[in-house]
Amino acid sequence: MNEVLRRLLFLPDQASTFARDVDRLHYFVIITTFIMSTAVGLTAIFFFVRYRRRSETQTTPHIEPALWMEALFVGTPLIFFTLWFFLGFREFVRQQTPPSDSMDVYVMGKKWMWKFAYPDGPNSINVLRVPAGRNVRLLMTSRDVIHSFYVPEFRIKQDVLPGRYTQTWFNATMPGRYQILCAEYCGAGHSIMRGEVIVLKPQEYENWLAFQHRGLVATQDAQPTALDFAPPLGNMVDQGRRIAAEQGCLKCHTTDGTRHIGPTWLDLYLRRERLNDGSIVVADEAYLTESMMDPALKVVEGFQPVMPSFQGKLAGPEVAALVEYIKSLQSDAVRIGPSEGPAYAPIRGR
Amino acid sequence: MSPEAASLPEGILAHHFASLERQNEAMRLGMWLFLATEILLFAGLFTGYSVYRFEFPLAFAECSRHLSLTAGTVNTIVLITSSFTVALSIHFARTDQRRAAVVCLALTILLALGFLGIKAIEYTAHFREHALPGKYYAFEEVKIPGAAMFYTLYFMMTGLHGLHVVAGMSVLTWLLWRTNQGRYSSRYYTGLELGGLYWHLVDLVWIFLYPLLYLI
Amino acid sequence: MRLSEDDSHALAGAPAAPTYLEDGTTVMSWLNTRDHKRVGVMFLVSVILFFFLGGLFALLIRFKLLQPGPFFLDALGYNRMFTLHGVVMIFLFLIPSIPSAFGNFVLPLMLGARDVAFPRLNLFSYYLYLAGAVLAILAMIQGGADTGWTFYTPYSSTTATQVLPVLLGVFILGFSSILTGLNFIVTVHTLRAPGLSWMRLPLFVWGIYGTSIIQVLATPVIGITVLIVAVERVGGFGLFDPARGGDPVLFQHMFWFYSHPAVYIMVLPGMGVISETVAAFSRKNPFGYKAIAMSSLGIAFVGFFTWGHHMFVAGQSTFNAGAFGILSMFVGVFTAIKVFNWVGTMYRGAISFKTPFAYICGFLYFIVFGGMTGVALATTSLDIHWHDTYFVVAHFHFIMVGASVMAFLAALHYWFPKMFGRMYPEGWGLVAASLIILGFNATFIPQFLLGNFGMPRRYYQYPEHFQALNVASTAGATLLGFGFLIILIYMTIALRYGQRSEANPWGSKGFEWLTASPPPTHNFDEIPTITQMPHDYRTHEPPGVIRVA
Repeated sequence: MNEVLRRLLFLPDQASTFARDVDRLHYFVIITTFIMSTAVGLTAIFFFVRYRRRSETQTTPHIEPALWMEALFVGTPLIFFTLWFFLGFREFVRQQTPPSDSMDVYVMGKKWMWKFAYPDGPNSINVLRVPAGRNVRLLMTSRDVIHSFYVPEFRIKQDVLPGRYTQTWFNATMPGRYQILCAEYCGAGHSIMRGEVIVLKPQEYENWLAFQHRGLVATQDAQPTALDFAPPLGNMVDQGRRIAAEQGCLKCHTTDGTRHIGPTWLDLYLRRERLNDGSIVVADEAYLTESMMDPALKVVEGFQPVMPSFQGKLAGPEVAALVEYIKSLQSDAVRIGPSEGPAYAPIRGR
Repeated sequence: MSPEAASLPEGILAHHFASLERQNEAMRLGMWLFLATEILLFAGLFTGYSVYRFEFPLAFAECSRHLSLTAGTVNTIVLITSSFTVALSIHFARTDQRRAAVVCLALTILLALGFLGIKAIEYTAHFREHALPGKYYAFEEVKIPGAAMFYTLYFMMTGLHGLHVVAGMSVLTWLLWRTNQGRYSSRYYTGLELGGLYWHLVDLVWIFLYPLLYLI
Repeated sequence: MRLSEDDSHALAGAPAAPTYLEDGTTVMSWLNTRDHKRVGVMFLVSVILFFFLGGLFALLIRFKLLQPGPFFLDALGYNRMFTLHGVVMIFLFLIPSIPSAFGNFVLPLMLGARDVAFPRLNLFSYYLYLAGAVLAILAMIQGGADTGWTFYTPYSSTTATQVLPVLLGVFILGFSSILTGLNFIVTVHTLRAPGLSWMRLPLFVWGIYGTSIIQVLATPVIGITVLIVAVERVGGFGLFDPARGGDPVLFQHMFWFYSHPAVYIMVLPGMGVISETVAAFSRKNPFGYKAIAMSSLGIAFVGFFTWGHHMFVAGQSTFNAGAFGILSMFVGVFTAIKVFNWVGTMYRGAISFKTPFAYICGFLYFIVFGGMTGVALATTSLDIHWHDTYFVVAHFHFIMVGASVMAFLAALHYWFPKMFGRMYPEGWGLVAASLIILGFNATFIPQFLLGNFGMPRRYYQYPEHFQALNVASTAGATLLGFGFLIILIYMTIALRYGQRSEANPWGSKGFEWLTASPPPTHNFDEIPTITQMPHDYRTHEPPGVIRVA
């Protein structure tokens, strides 16, 4: 029954605990709507056939509805609508109140990508990995305009506002990959501001997390999911990350701020670097590109000119993707903007 | 045509009204509705004020203390007096004392000018101190977050009110001209009455602005 | 009165007073008119013009959506297109459509008045409308805005497109709307004919009265809101800018405080039209007159307290969501009362299936389905999935097009002989009506399903699994477009070559039919005295008497 109605109404898969309950109410509401509109329509048609005009001078009796009839007209919809409301509101309250054992993920929306940060773990862009069967709370904010975090399969949606935090939660039931859509209009890239939730089996999630924690930057998230549907704009950062791994950049440059053979990429963008010859350079797009093509020209003080040139090895778009990736590596990944910090304290146990 | 209507100067009673009382009633109702829309226009800003006062209570209190209470109080007295003179002018018009009515209207307009003058002095002081809205805010004495918001609201509320004062003055000038022509008398003075109503509204809005901005 | 003195000797067999159409035929005589009927006709022509402009934008949008990827328009062009579609359809067509065009024409006739209370203000309101329209067009020529008609901050205060002229246009159009509403309220209060008590007012008048209250009380708030956004764009004042401590959600509250009641500005007059026409074509007294009249006021009142249902997922408190949710249900109840009473009006009537009746049927079906999906959307937990998806788009098009435009068309066909003294071609009328109702369903039912499927609105590109439904919707829109075009063509022809109609071709007992069609300049030589309820079909007596001295 559930499956038939779901397909009939074009509803997406039910991949969270919330989805199934919401859909049940959905069926009830839609079926009542259909019955009511059909009933009104059929009555009208019946009256039309039964009371056709028979002559051009026909007169009709004056009819006023009886009081019980008016009471029925008011009562019937009132009962149904309040019933819907209470059923719906119960679910709504549940959806607005994250359970206390949720794991937190910070989400930041910006034109036109999603960033995810785990309090004790890695950051990722456009890809959110969560374990199945666990309550996940998202603490969300935006860096520029209003966005809205929407996963149709989970039946959740929450606006993401600049300057304040909003929250939502879900418990994914089925391992798989689900699209994240932006549902609040945010400009030219609104329709391609897409990401992906990857629901992993609990054990796989633990493995992935452990892998991230090993601190091997070179292999960190080295094979991000190919986002077949993901947007070119948001995707650039992810492409950059992949290229960095493939080209071996991460063997010398870290992304977490630690010093290695080359300067770290964390917060590199627009950093003022002192060079070997004592001059200062701002690490803007031009400098980053130049350093890939002619690395020995301007070497940061304290580092050796050991980097090979990537002239001819990287195509234009690949360079751009790398630059975008470096730009995305900001330490204050979530807490940007005028707000003071998360409005909610993390809830762990009781 | 009723004898009462027949004795009126040409062009006062419109063709689609049965009697002058009906027409006066319509004009008054129309004016009251218009005043309601004006109040709702300001209501938007008052809502903004309450929201941000709730959000930044300290900054609002502090900024409020930096406004000139003397200027605000004097302006309040000026406006209340002008409301009184406009009411007087209606009284004189309906008792057929044209000269007195004209003098009272002229007084009202002068008082309105005085109000704008004092407001201009206040504005100059704000500009000198850089106590300006939004991104132009650079007031040295108050540096609490939310201070710029206070000045945004201050300028928008007093600015919009100032525009209404100017509009009210134009209406009053026009009424002055017509009163001087002898258009308003004990037989017909609805036009003047409505102008007076509008001026009372301008006054009333200030009565709310004054405590919100200067006192609390 | 002056008129009767002049006419007292001319009554016997003299040629009738010139109709309002013949009283001066120069362009100036129209542009400088104080006649509510001419102002109404000027509004009618203007809103129809903008309806087709907005419709053209809609078709361009639908054409782009045939393909999931970039196609035909670029992203910015597409965003501008749906913004213009929204702004033109809402501010230049729907809000003035029935009140300013038909309200202006018919309301004084129904009241037995010679004009609206303030004729000069009425003309001024038209010129304000034109000024607002010019600003909007100016913005279009300069490239248009890309904010959506909702102007959500901080996007609208930061985007590089021409938002400013659009905002000013909306501000000015708001004033036009306020003045029309104010004029109607005063007219209903002071210019009712003798014998026309409040409980005898035609239901269209009740609908317009409720509308006018909303226009007067809600519109100033959008005025100040768009002004603040304009100031924010020009001066960076930061009232809605989070970077300066402002709150973007405050904008949404202020915006929807107007824009939700504005929905009732668009639909209440339509409900009034249906109340009139369903009685006229069923030749039956309105079933539950008081219930229909009072529910209009009920909707106008409750409509002020439901705006938060646009913001269930925008970060307002759960308590707010609950309160706004349950209040929104009441609007549904009031609408349901009307629907039951309309159907009840047909009971034991004498129904004649003319073109307006086809639109009545369409209206009834659309408002039940559109209204109940609206109540479903107000069911908080369901809204989480549907909010800002095509489900919402389909829902409000069911109300705005399905209900309001159907009512507009019913009014156009019903009052066409009243306005111009000619008939439209009945056969073509029915053809167009069936095309429109069919095309409408084909356009928007797929959009309900798209919304269920999870396609957010305002999407330039979309994932491929949404394509089939989008193509279906575009096909329906084409059909719909053809339907409207047919009406435009036969109405234009009928204006000049239509068959001359009688004074009361429908045998209607609405009060507006007491005078000639088209009416003379001042509507009535002598003000009628109303003796019956409107649409009392027990006898063939006219509903009022005109005493001739």
